[in-house]
Amino acid sequence: MSLELMKGNEAVAEAAVRAGVVSYFGYPITPQTELLEYMSHRMPELGRAFVQAESELGAINMVYGAACTGYRTMTSSSSPGVSLMLEGVSYIAGTELPMVIVNVMRGGPGLGNIAPAQSDYNQMVHGGGHGDYRCIVLAPCSVQESVDLTVLAFDLADKYRSIVVILTDGSIGQMMEACELPPMQPLKTTFADWAVQGCEGRERRFLTSINLDPAAQEEMNYRLLKRWIDVEANEIRCQEYYMEDAEYVVTGFGSSARIALSAVRIARAEGIKVGLIRPITLSPFPRQVYADLSDKIKGMLVVEMNAGQMLEDVLAANRYRTPTDFFARLGGVVPFPDEVLGEIHRMVETPISTDGHPRDRWLARVLAKG
Amino acid sequence: MVLENCEIETTVFERPDSLTGTTSHYCPGCTHGIANRLIAEVIDEMGMREKTIGVASVGCSVFIYNYLNMDFVQAPHGRAPAMATGIKRVLPDRMVFTYQGDGDLASIGMAEIVHAAARGENISVFFLNNTNYGMTGGQMAPTSMPGQKTTSSQTGRDVETQGFPIRVSEMFSKLDGASYIVRRSLHDPKHIRMAKKAIRMAFETQVRGLGFSMVELLSICPTNWGISPLNSIKWLEEKMIPYYPLGDYKIHPALAEIKL
Ligand SMILES: Cc1ncc(C[n+]2csc(CCOP(=O)(O)OP(=O)(O)O)c2C)c(N)n1
Ligand code: SF4
Ligand SMILES: [Mg+2]
Repeated sequence: MSLELMKGNEAVAEAAVRAGVVSYFGYPITPQTELLEYMSHRMPELGRAFVQAESELGAINMVYGAACTGYRTMTSSSSPGVSLMLEGVSYIAGTELPMVIVNVMRGGPGLGNIAPAQSDYNQMVHGGGHGDYRCIVLAPCSVQESVDLTVLAFDLADKYRSIVVILTDGSIGQMMEACELPPMQPLKTTFADWAVQGCEGRERRFLTSINLDPAAQEEMNYRLLKRWIDVEANEIRCQEYYMEDAEYVVTGFGSSARIALSAVRIARAEGIKVGLIRPITLSPFPRQVYADLSDKIKGMLVVEMNAGQMLEDVLAANRYRTPTDFFARLGGVVPFPDEVLGEIHRMVETPISTDGHPRDRWLARVLAKG
Repeated sequence: MVLENCEIETTVFERPDSLTGTTSHYCPGCTHGIANRLIAEVIDEMGMREKTIGVASVGCSVFIYNYLNMDFVQAPHGRAPAMATGIKRVLPDRMVFTYQGDGDLASIGMAEIVHAAARGENISVFFLNNTNYGMTGGQMAPTSMPGQKTTSSQTGRDVETQGFPIRVSEMFSKLDGASYIVRRSLHDPKHIRMAKKAIRMAFETQVRGLGFSMVELLSICPTNWGISPLNSIKWLEEKMIPYYPLGDYKIHPALAEIKL
């Protein structure tokens, strides 16, 4: 095993190259730009396609065209850029094409800032573009996991003719960590029966997202839904830490889970029986894990870098059985492990109230502090 | 009847292989159908049907993939040049073209088309200029004429508040990445033949790897102009051509040797 010290964004780029991506189209935006810069020299070096597009609209539609050929393709961006891409994302979903999009989230709304945030969870997990479709959303919490999930993303995209989002943030994209890169995969030589490459020796094909007949559109919507049932049955991934004897649970994804894990470890050292649940697939969401939480769990703390977007999915999955509190930092502010530890202490010292919504109680605490 | 007096039949006109034979949804008199057919004839003549990928846009020609018998994709409104870029970069030996209206190309898709041209993207673009948004019912387009009545400029396009038409071919002629930029018209047989030659030249530009090619085709939209096809043709000749002069706006020197 050989480890390399790499920046998150560059590690994802190299992992994509090794997973056999044949074309990359993107547009500069912090904190994602290193990915584009890396691809600008790496792709031509291998005789593969790289275009710095005129905008994210251009980039996503270049990806759309490239995806129609059946070859592996991708783009990357950060929050405002991803907003601009959502038209294309909806069309790609409507045409049932595989593609990978890396979203290195930053603080918002609007132009916001370039600091790490998780405020685009809803945009990626619950829609974004118009129409009834879902994307598979993977949330790494380290450089190594970013690499591993990039390879997985291309496989899942092909397997389910689906869009796969790698949802990361400015801290994971920018941090340097040791990681093991995957082996270089050979490029695809066989293609699905929908790929548009010119009709030599076969009937011609066309790819479109139009269904003027509502009944045909409904049929298409059912097809997407049936495929999604397979995705839910086979692809849910979630990591649990110290859950065997846990009386308290902390849960979060990506960076916030990683920070929370540091707090959980300190609490464990103090003798508090606390565990952590970290969904790796945000979509499909590991609902069963929260539904099956033991009645012995006295309290659950949801930690995010947004105003409680995953929180709603956790509450719904758990059916409000486990007393739940919420903690977050917003706008690009990254929480410290100490802050999360403080919340764990509070949860242990005073039983969680079940009055009102966890978000409202959290906000009341924040406002009371001034 | 005496057999000796019968002539052997020879076929002088038939449907090109590159047309499917599907009945089109274009309005009677519309020139979209002529442009579709010209492209099909040229692709047949070049023997490129199986190596061509078309990119349909959003507008009255959205279903062009039902009429042209080759691989096709269908782009979001204005984004056809970006999709064509994605396809061409992955499959450089295929012939890739877009077919776009004036609303699609010169309004919502202006960024995509300008940058495809500026990059010298090796694709061909067929640009149908009918001075309005046909598909959505005849609203004002960036190409609508000063004073032209449309459903969204009902007393006539007022350039004071609604601005001036864009002359796309003139504009693109200044881009170094563009290799073949011409304007033709579909209003009579002579000009239709010239349009066909231009379509051939655009594809030849691409096949020779010379970069971006575009043929602007002045077209009529009798339905939304609210006049007969015959009067539409007159209007095109008398009003549009003086504002949008026909001609060659940019020709790569390497194309000079090609004689059609
Ligand atoms: C994003 C988006 N905005 C608006 C529309 C509605 N729309 C459909 S066709 C069209 C205009 C097409 O006009 P043009 O490109 O000139 O083509 P024509 O029909 O005249 O040939 C518009 C605005 C759309 N489909 N997508
Ligand atoms: S609306 Fe106009 S452009 Fe569209 S098919 Fe009819 S005549 Fe042609
Ligand atoms: Mg038009």
